[in-house]
Amino acid sequence: MDNRLTVLIAEDSPADRMLLSTIVSRQGHRVLTAANGLEAVALFQQEQPQLVLMDALMPVMDGFEAARRIKQLAGQTLIPIIFLTSLTESEALARCLEAGGDDFLAKPYNREILDAKIKAMNRLRLLQATVLEQRDLIARHNEHLLTEQRVAKAVFDKVAHSGCLNAPNIRYLQSPYALFNGDLLLAAFKPSGGMHVLLGDFTGHGLPAAIGAMPLAEVFYSMTAKGFGMTDILREMNAKLKRILPVGVFCCAALLNLSFQRRVLEVWNGGLPDGYLRRSMDGHLQPLVSRHLPLGILDESAFNPACEAYPLQQGDRIFLLSDGVLETSNAEGELFGEQRLCELLLANRQPTSLFAEIQQALADFHGQSKDDLSLLEVEWVDEARLQRPALSLAGSGGSTLHDWNVQFEFRAESLRHYNPLPFLLQLLLEVQPLRARAGQLYTVLAELYSNALEHGVLGLDSRLKRDAEGFARYYQARSAGLASLTEGYVRVLFEVRSAAQGGGCLRVQVEDSGSGLSEQLAHPPAQAQDALSGRGLALVRKLADACHWQAAQRCLSVEFHWPAQA
Amino acid sequence: MAAEHLEGSVLATLRDVMENEYPVLLDTFIVDSEERLRGLQQGLEGADAQALRLAAHSFKGSCSNMGASLLAGLCKQLEDCARREQLEQAPALVEQIAREFAIVRILLKSERQRYAN
Repeated sequence: MDNRLTVLIAEDSPADRMLLSTIVSRQGHRVLTAANGLEAVALFQQEQPQLVLMDALMPVMDGFEAARRIKQLAGQTLIPIIFLTSLTESEALARCLEAGGDDFLAKPYNREILDAKIKAMNRLRLLQATVLEQRDLIARHNEHLLTEQRVAKAVFDKVAHSGCLNAPNIRYLQSPYALFNGDLLLAAFKPSGGMHVLLGDFTGHGLPAAIGAMPLAEVFYSMTAKGFGMTDILREMNAKLKRILPVGVFCCAALLNLSFQRRVLEVWNGGLPDGYLRRSMDGHLQPLVSRHLPLGILDESAFNPACEAYPLQQGDRIFLLSDGVLETSNAEGELFGEQRLCELLLANRQPTSLFAEIQQALADFHGQSKDDLSLLEVEWVDEARLQRPALSLAGSGGSTLHDWNVQFEFRAESLRHYNPLPFLLQLLLEVQPLRARAGQLYTVLAELYSNALEHGVLGLDSRLKRDAEGFARYYQARSAGLASLTEGYVRVLFEVRSAAQGGGCLRVQVEDSGSGLSEQLAHPPAQAQDALSGRGLALVRKLADACHWQAAQRCLSVEFHWPAQA
Repeated sequence: MAAEHLEGSVLATLRDVMENEYPVLLDTFIVDSEERLRGLQQGLEGADAQALRLAAHSFKGSCSNMGASLLAGLCKQLEDCARREQLEQAPALVEQIAREFAIVRILLKSERQRYAN
């Protein structure tokens, strides 16, 4: 610590000035002297002394005014001013303090007291300098942190917004900086045309809460794009988070799978508050309850990706929310709570404005917008209303496979645990002319495969799916059947041939170990097409270029054609 | 030396502080005080309470630093009168201050002689 200071002495009495400047310079300081306030201010500007000894009463400009000006010039830097005074009236002493004085020194001067006071003031001055330095350091760190968050957010937005959150059937409420509250909202079209939607809420705040969002979004988007089902995606997300997140950091999440063609909603909820499925027909509310621990807690072996399935009708709405919605509090400290939300959902008569009503109710309740709540509404609409982006598939063009066939047989063990569709789709996409039709291919494969598995191998009767109750039973039976499956198979045959005039043809045939398709089901009557059952094969006929009944194998042979390349 | 006019202990401290500059300090005080005294007399003639008060206050300060305690006390009485704007005692006080300063001046001059360099 440098104890040698430059001290400005402003004193009009020559004898006192001489005495004081001698005392101060004998104490090792550099001394500047002024005979009045105006000189003192000028010297201060010129020499930037660190401490001022100021007589109160001086000609030309008194010490009060000079002190005010010096304090103003010094700004945030502390320049201690010690008033030299034999003033005894309290009013005059108060004036010294009001003018910015930090201490007093009475006449007659005393060396020891003066020395002690200069030292005390210097400590104060250094303390203030340290405070300012650290404040600036904190400000720089904070600025740095914000820059980092902006960069992180920009990177994350590129990942998160590659999805379809902007689809016309999705509405959501989320602060732009929700990432740093650990809230995450993802939506993506499946190759088959349905949609996966995820609402996640990581524990904690700031970067630690945001860090898990990246891998989660990557898994969600890449696996959805490749045609993986919910179960596989959930397993992978859980395993990945479990691997990378520290203990105590996890992600409450709900994943929705909307199949527009099959008119099914599948839900997995781990740790988020109840979501709701609101029926368009009667306003009935089906709670979508959390039945699992959040993602990133359980080991792979203990993780349960079982979903619940609900049939969907045109206009049905699904709501998901983070606990920030329920925990929004008003001025009295009351929570918004489930009760208020349910009342809004039940009371609504104009479903298109329901989301706005909830938003308004939250804003009215809290009085201002909060940034730690996420609310999502997904409406079940006719798929034609959704404009899907073209599937972007990685891989360079180059040569194409021609003239080959391959057959897979997936047996009980595989059927129980493995979804072969992503693998099969990737294989077909090696045939370049098929890439443009990846979505259709996937849909057709998925239909044929699930028919073979559910009706053929498991022997389920899709007529069960006529009503909502039967629907639930159907899916229970499917899970139970799969779990206890010990024999049976699904065979998938692909055959690719070049046509004589250029172009080519893919033939797909899916057989099963069971009864296969009934001819009646393969040619469904027109009126069955709008029921919950029997829609799948009609769709296959619509999407494929040709469809033949193979009586011997009791299955369909489905063809996709492509013309010669220019 | 008569202690009520000029305190020996204060002068001893000043000698210690000022070292070679001690005689210069004494000279400076004497010259300045002569001027302050003239200032007091002018304030009195002009019946200017505020000027009297300021001059008495400053003079009091330097007197106390020099150990001229009687003189400092008289200056304080004058300052108090002037603050209360009761100037009827002021002529007498200024007269007393002039006489007391004459004594202090003589004492300081001899001190000056003793420590001339």
